[in-house]
Amino acid sequence: MISADISTVLPEILLAVYAMAALIFAVYTGKDKTTPLLTWATAAVFVVLALWIGLSGDTGATAFNGAFIADGFARFAKVVILISAAAVLIMSQGYMARMNLGRFEYPVLIALSVLGMMMMVSAGDLMALYMGLELQSLALYVVASLRRDSVKSTEAGLKYFVLGALSSGMLLYGASLIYGYTGTTLFSGIIEAAHAGLPLGLLVGLVFLITGLAFKVSAVPFHMWTPDVYEGSPTPVTAFFATAPKMAAMGLFARVLHDAFGHAAQDWGQVVALIALLSMFVGAIAAIGQRNIKRLMAYSSIAHMGFALMGLASGTEAGVQAMLIYMTIYVTMNIGTFAFILSMEKDGKPVVSIDALHMYSRREPIKALAMLVLLFSLAGVPPMVGFFGKLAVLTAAVDAGMTWLAIGGVVASVIGAFYYLRIVFYMYFGDENKAGLDGTMNPVQWAMLMASALIMIVGVVNLFGVEGLAAAAAQTLVH
Amino acid sequence: MESIILFAPLVGAIIGGFGWRIIGEKGAMVLTTGLLFLACALSWIVFLGFDGETQHIQILRWIESGTLATDWSIRLDRLTAIMLIVVTTVSALVHLYSFGYMDHDPQWGEGETYKPRFFAYLSFFTFAMLALVTADNLVQMFFGWEGVGVASYLLIGFYWKKPSAGAAAMKAFIVNRVGDFGFALGIFGLFFLTDSIDFDNVFAAAPMLAETNLSFLWTDWNAANLLAFLLFIGAMGKSAQLLLHTWLPDAMEGPTPVSALIHAATMVTAGVFLVCRMSPLMEYAPAAMNFIIIIGATTAFFAATVGLVQNDIKRVIAYSTCSQLGYMFVAAGAGVYSAAMFHLLTHAFFKAMLFLGAGSVIHAMHHEQDMRNYGGLRKKIPLTFWAMMIGTLAITGVGIPLTTIGFAGFLSKDAIIESAYASGSGYAFWLLVVAACFTSFYSWRLMFLTFYGKPRGDKHTHDHAHESPSVMTIPLGVLAIGAIFSGMVWYGSFFGDHDQVNKFFGIPTHHAEETHGEAPADSHAAADTHAATEEHAAAPAEQPASALEQEAGHEIVEAAKQLAGHAEEAADAAHGAVAEAAEHVAEAADHAAAMVTGDHAATEEHAAAAGDHAPAAMAEAAHGDDAAAHGEDVAHAAAPQGAIFMHPDNHTMDEAHHAPTWVKVSPFIAMLIGFVTAYLFYIVNPSIPGRLAEQQRPLYQFLLNKWYFDEIYDFIFVRPAKWLGAFLWKRGDGNVIDGTINGVAMGIVPFFTRLAGRAQSGYLFHYAFAMVLGIVVLVTWMTITGGGAH
Repeated sequence: MISADISTVLPEILLAVYAMAALIFAVYTGKDKTTPLLTWATAAVFVVLALWIGLSGDTGATAFNGAFIADGFARFAKVVILISAAAVLIMSQGYMARMNLGRFEYPVLIALSVLGMMMMVSAGDLMALYMGLELQSLALYVVASLRRDSVKSTEAGLKYFVLGALSSGMLLYGASLIYGYTGTTLFSGIIEAAHAGLPLGLLVGLVFLITGLAFKVSAVPFHMWTPDVYEGSPTPVTAFFATAPKMAAMGLFARVLHDAFGHAAQDWGQVVALIALLSMFVGAIAAIGQRNIKRLMAYSSIAHMGFALMGLASGTEAGVQAMLIYMTIYVTMNIGTFAFILSMEKDGKPVVSIDALHMYSRREPIKALAMLVLLFSLAGVPPMVGFFGKLAVLTAAVDAGMTWLAIGGVVASVIGAFYYLRIVFYMYFGDENKAGLDGTMNPVQWAMLMASALIMIVGVVNLFGVEGLAAAAAQTLVH
Repeated sequence: MESIILFAPLVGAIIGGFGWRIIGEKGAMVLTTGLLFLACALSWIVFLGFDGETQHIQILRWIESGTLATDWSIRLDRLTAIMLIVVTTVSALVHLYSFGYMDHDPQWGEGETYKPRFFAYLSFFTFAMLALVTADNLVQMFFGWEGVGVASYLLIGFYWKKPSAGAAAMKAFIVNRVGDFGFALGIFGLFFLTDSIDFDNVFAAAPMLAETNLSFLWTDWNAANLLAFLLFIGAMGKSAQLLLHTWLPDAMEGPTPVSALIHAATMVTAGVFLVCRMSPLMEYAPAAMNFIIIIGATTAFFAATVGLVQNDIKRVIAYSTCSQLGYMFVAAGAGVYSAAMFHLLTHAFFKAMLFLGAGSVIHAMHHEQDMRNYGGLRKKIPLTFWAMMIGTLAITGVGIPLTTIGFAGFLSKDAIIESAYASGSGYAFWLLVVAACFTSFYSWRLMFLTFYGKPRGDKHTHDHAHESPSVMTIPLGVLAIGAIFSGMVWYGSFFGDHDQVNKFFGIPTHHAEETHGEAPADSHAAADTHAATEEHAAAPAEQPASALEQEAGHEIVEAAKQLAGHAEEAADAAHGAVAEAAEHVAEAADHAAAMVTGDHAATEEHAAAAGDHAPAAMAEAAHGDDAAAHGEDVAHAAAPQGAIFMHPDNHTMDEAHHAPTWVKVSPFIAMLIGFVTAYLFYIVNPSIPGRLAEQQRPLYQFLLNKWYFDEIYDFIFVRPAKWLGAFLWKRGDGNVIDGTINGVAMGIVPFFTRLAGRAQSGYLFHYAFAMVLGIVVLVTWMTITGGGAH
């Protein structure tokens, strides 16, 4: 019995062992000198694990009496998390070294955080859920304030921690209510207990649980930490925030709602839809006022989470599939975009103002073109891949009878297109006098940018088969 | 060969239009013209060597969408062959002519290249026109139809620097849209009812359509009548018939070779071609046919009256074209399609020549177009004069009455007037005769004003008037040959006795009046009851035995045999559905054979063969389980053979031949009256016209202003449309839509942006408060609305 459990969670165990071994290794050897090595090794481990998980057959196995679920949905989410984390790690390596941030703890903390994320998407029990969530969050609190000597960075870390603690408290409160009304922490038990309908107490517990998760995906009105943390954290950390944890939190969200409350889709669908709608609009409208590209990307991610939640709100298998497609595309786009943001420098200093992009196309036509593709894709302009992500969630919402939500989404995306297109406008038709960016770019970042942009165009053909994979993953989640 | 004819102009247009920078301006001109002459030569080979049998030449699979599956293929029958020579001949000559006419065009400055564009447009037009006439289905035809529309638009607006040319081009395009809408509706209707757009299938279904009702707009219509009417709306637009004619005079803004090619000889006749092509449908649509006659006759009369008073040389000829097209429609509406095609052919020659001649005059007079400034040009430009003279003799219809000797227009126009008389429409007949008189008047008026009398207008221009170069006069000469002889050569083929016409158009049987032999051969009749077949077949037996009858009997057997074969084929496919029909066919064959027994050994053999076939078909058919299916299916399995179809009850052409003598002479007399009047007015006493215009001021104004059609349309359609457009643009689009968007984008959204910015204060407790507030709202909402399950 125990050996079967172990073999099911073997990837997670290996990652945990690796993280601890790496920590010991660095402490006893070269400390910060080993950072490049550790970074690449961690990324390699991620990729290997991703391949392993991705290529292993779908067993649908559970471990530890159902507390851990390794189904198709979890596998899909884990592959996205691992690959994106690896990509962000290696593309930030050069930046970290140059900014004198090359601490050996960084890759280790990222590895632990990723381990937490893998736990999250595989959680089959409220305990496992909380364990994964906290493992992930604690690591992230630390990396947010990685630049200890910067007020902004420490402020970001502290804000994130305090608000994260608040949200964890709410989540725990919700969990306790759920346990109180159902007598079990297992999702499979909760869904059985709630089969006849949700008592009000359970509903309140569910709302608290949703609140805690909405904080993690930075959905309105639990989003307010996002711009400050995104701005204050070192850019590679911001890039990381915007990718893997979002996927993990969204996966957990779907996991809880469908595995534990699958019969009450009518109830939570309303709440999630409201959150989605608010997120899309606040994300779109508030970003217009931003000149700092990191804050802008923070609001952008809020709006995008709104769209992903729209898929979830529909409460159907197609909705989950759409959410997975959307998140995959979103993560891919963000990797490219942040690769570019990491390279924004003037005289060796990082630049974050979008004003620096004036007439960028004149000096760097290829990079500007790649950026144009990515921004169009983020805005959801056809024929870029981003459009198909939006199309998928809108279709899911309409099919689930939430036409009003879909219409709201379209309106919000039109408003949101403004700030993406404004950057394009600056790059191509801006003011020559305001311009100012160095042309240099780390080859890894360049490759990430180009690959991401290329995917946004070539992916139109068949989305690289993600559609089918997401469908299979969604099928294992929604019964 | 047919493919080469069709695509050579397209190749020329593409290479000449896009590649002239490589092959040079001259190269583009020579290439397009050379390819056109090649197409022309091949067309004549096809026309002269054509045996009347309809051919289908598939080029490619074209559309497959649901039940709509169709090829791009060339339908080669007599109609196509006629149109091929008309189009390619006139086009080739116009290409050649343009070498001279378009040289040093004053519309363009030094160094501006316009000639390759012009030639490419001309070639493109020719391709589109050929696509139209070679079409084997309605959509293909529509492609050509729109293609010529585009080419016409481009060429009318060729002098794009002139605002009037641009306006005229738009007018032509928009007015044609009205017609095309009808045409498109007709195509949709045909597809809706017959599930096919191929001519053969549509034609085969025509008898069925005549018995179908179709709900359209507010009431039910007879399908055949309605669809024929809608198709004719398209024809009206393209052929500038009354109500949709207003674009044609304005189209004279285009260069004169364009007017000759598109707006006289080819494109505007597409409507007539359409009606003739759809003859199997038209024959079952008597109401639509009456409408065609009335519109045609009224147009012929109307345009002729307006032509009387126009002063612009090209406009006179334009109204003349409009009028002559009316003649053609009368013939088509009367059911004498061959006469319509005959006039189409002869008209193409003499009208193209008149236009090119007018172009030559204009060229000589330094682009002066007002006839009041001409005069006495006979000596200055003798070749042009003689060409115009021949054209005038042809259009006015000079010939020896009661014979078939005369200029082209004499024979074809008389054929139409006789047909109009025979159709029983006194209205059409008298209008056409009066129009013939007017035609004669305005044609001679043009001649007298231009070539006789004293030079008027700018003296300098007159002094420098010179004969056009030979590239312009040679086409005139070639067309002159056509204008003189085309009528006499082909009179028999188009309007001679039945045998000749049927042979020419590939119609397989004799007319009902002569033999009744078409009954079994016409697949429609085969579907009739047994009794009907018997009756038809019995009829010849009553006639005196003669060589003719024997031949007829022979044909009956032949046809019956053919049909038996048909039945057999159909039986393979449809089994029992044809059992009954096959029986009828067999019986018909027996009857036919019985009638001629002993007269001809070969006939017996044929009869036996037919008899053999028929039982075989029956045996095959017996396999079918659906015995109830009736023979109509067989009848509709085949379209009538031949390029045009005349219903067994359509005797108009024969009656036209037997029209009284006064009818046959009437157009000639009308022509003489017109000529004498013109002579009096413009040679003997040139002051008469002015005085007459003074005395009849309102009438003169009425004619001069073209019956005020443009003004009425302006009031009824143009101004309300412009008002509506301006309203939707300024109020609707500008105020409402733009206003809303601008208001939202510049007022509301930025307001919320600022609000969101202020909410993002940076204080931790604000953030935490927002979270708590959020949770309160969610819990409250959930408490009120949620938990409905228990």
